[in-house]
Amino acid sequence: MESALNWHAAIPELALACLGMAALMLGVFMRRGATLAVTMFTLASLLLVAMLVLAADAPVVAFDGLFVLDAFAVFTKVLVLLSAALALVLALDWNEKEGIDRFEYPVLVLLATVGMMAMVSANDLMSLYLGLELSSLSLYVLAAIHRDDLRATEAGLKYFVLGAVASGMLLYGSSLVYGFSGSTRFAGIAAAIEAGPASLGLITGLCFVAAGLAFKVSAVPFHMWTPDVYEGAPTPVTAFFSIAPKLAAVGLFLRVMTGPFGEAAGQWTQIIVLIAIASMLLGAFAAIGQSNIKRLMAYSSIGHIGYALIGLAAGTEEGIRGVLVYMAIYIVMNAGTFGCIVAMRREGRASERIEDLAGLGATAPGLAFALTVFMFSMAGIPPLAGFFGKFYVFMAAVQAGLWPLAVIGVLASVVSAFYYLRIVKVMYFDPAQPAFDPRPATVGVVVAGTTLFTALFALAPAPLVAAAGTAARALVGG
Amino acid sequence: MVVGLDHYLAVAAILFTLGIFGIFLNRKNVIVILMSVELMLLAVNINLVAFSAALGDLTGQIFTMLVLTVAAAEAAIGLAIVVVYFRNRGSIAVEDIRVMKG
Repeated sequence: MESALNWHAAIPELALACLGMAALMLGVFMRRGATLAVTMFTLASLLLVAMLVLAADAPVVAFDGLFVLDAFAVFTKVLVLLSAALALVLALDWNEKEGIDRFEYPVLVLLATVGMMAMVSANDLMSLYLGLELSSLSLYVLAAIHRDDLRATEAGLKYFVLGAVASGMLLYGSSLVYGFSGSTRFAGIAAAIEAGPASLGLITGLCFVAAGLAFKVSAVPFHMWTPDVYEGAPTPVTAFFSIAPKLAAVGLFLRVMTGPFGEAAGQWTQIIVLIAIASMLLGAFAAIGQSNIKRLMAYSSIGHIGYALIGLAAGTEEGIRGVLVYMAIYIVMNAGTFGCIVAMRREGRASERIEDLAGLGATAPGLAFALTVFMFSMAGIPPLAGFFGKFYVFMAAVQAGLWPLAVIGVLASVVSAFYYLRIVKVMYFDPAQPAFDPRPATVGVVVAGTTLFTALFALAPAPLVAAAGTAARALVGG
Repeated sequence: MVVGLDHYLAVAAILFTLGIFGIFLNRKNVIVILMSVELMLLAVNINLVAFSAALGDLTGQIFTMLVLTVAAAEAAIGLAIVVVYFRNRGSIAVEDIRVMKG
């Protein structure tokens, strides 16, 4: 079974890559309106591939053990495709108004998505690296896609340099792991760790790999690129960065830590606990002084990664399920919040300061209500969706005996509620500013849909939790 | 003296450390940062080939081929971003890259 080619497991990735080439051709050969056509084509491709992923019969190990398609990969891939589609829809109107409506934009998003799908299906250090680089290289270009804007290009440069360092560390760790375990296959590494006490070289390699992955999920102490890149990149790109690559990197983190290094849990649990605590605290305290809403969202996302990593620190099936539920809800909330930020345009120019939201409750009650829902949800106030995400990871931590982690998490989320609620206060109680420009229908649809999900998740949490449970079982084998 | 696996690993570790220091201590030029990134990746290649020879297993050399290819793509994209940045800022000195704090 291990040696079979089983290439059909990779049909979704292959199809998406081919559709990406087709989208490029379409963009080159169409003279007028290429961007809209390519975006629609890309959205249709993402939808088609999501259906292909759902139709695939998991679990399959393909390409002689390089690639695995299991319930975990299916769950994560569907969410990655969904978040890429949401980010594309948010970009439609914005890119046109900012004069960056090039057809390469959707193609790059599509290629990054292929990379992320390969990442979460990786079953070998080589396929892990290739998937990670395919997504990272596309993301570097996306960050700098507004090439006449100083801040966007600076964001691209910073992201490139720090991303390259992260890849280098991950790769150095991979080489050590390969050398000291004798295999790049996840199964081979797991067998080597199980066979005897892990050697110092293997543990060093594990630390480097964990550091590289922590960079990609922007966990403290490897978070320094996040605020600058989030602030500088065009808002729809920031929206994409904060959902899809983050989810894929968390998925990869889960797979690597529980799969090949599962037997060495005693070695890495302490590291993850420290990273989670530091991320939660930094996310809670550093965001308080921010005046730029994109920068605030960057610190908020660092904090959210801290909460999600609590589930990984627990390492149990409930913990992994908690992380997956958390990330699914986080994606929807974040897409909605960035939808509101995309809608913040006044007299044709984008405004990013929190004071610009003043009086939104009077001038645009619908938008203000949506943003209020997202802010309450991010703060973790029941009965909104964000509360359930936190509930599942904290519960898993308590069950695994990591109750100090859960206590710190609750305290950090109380602190972070301060800056989330400050936005609500600015919107409803500060003297009104002039109204925003009328918002495009596409943004309105995304914001309305995500608001509905966030507000009404409590009515039917079962399907998502059950799917996450199946995915977690595939990973840690209950 | 026989040159063994340990010597190769030591060289690779030194090169990797030089690459890291080159990125974080360099205050002059972004091109130097790109060179340091390449140095890190080449250190990894030495590691992989040395392990591959020591283990008698070809996987490490295949991995090296992949790393070389990706490094070329990465350098191309890095240089492209540096060019775009230079057009906007008129400088690629590292201390000038701080329009945004951080």
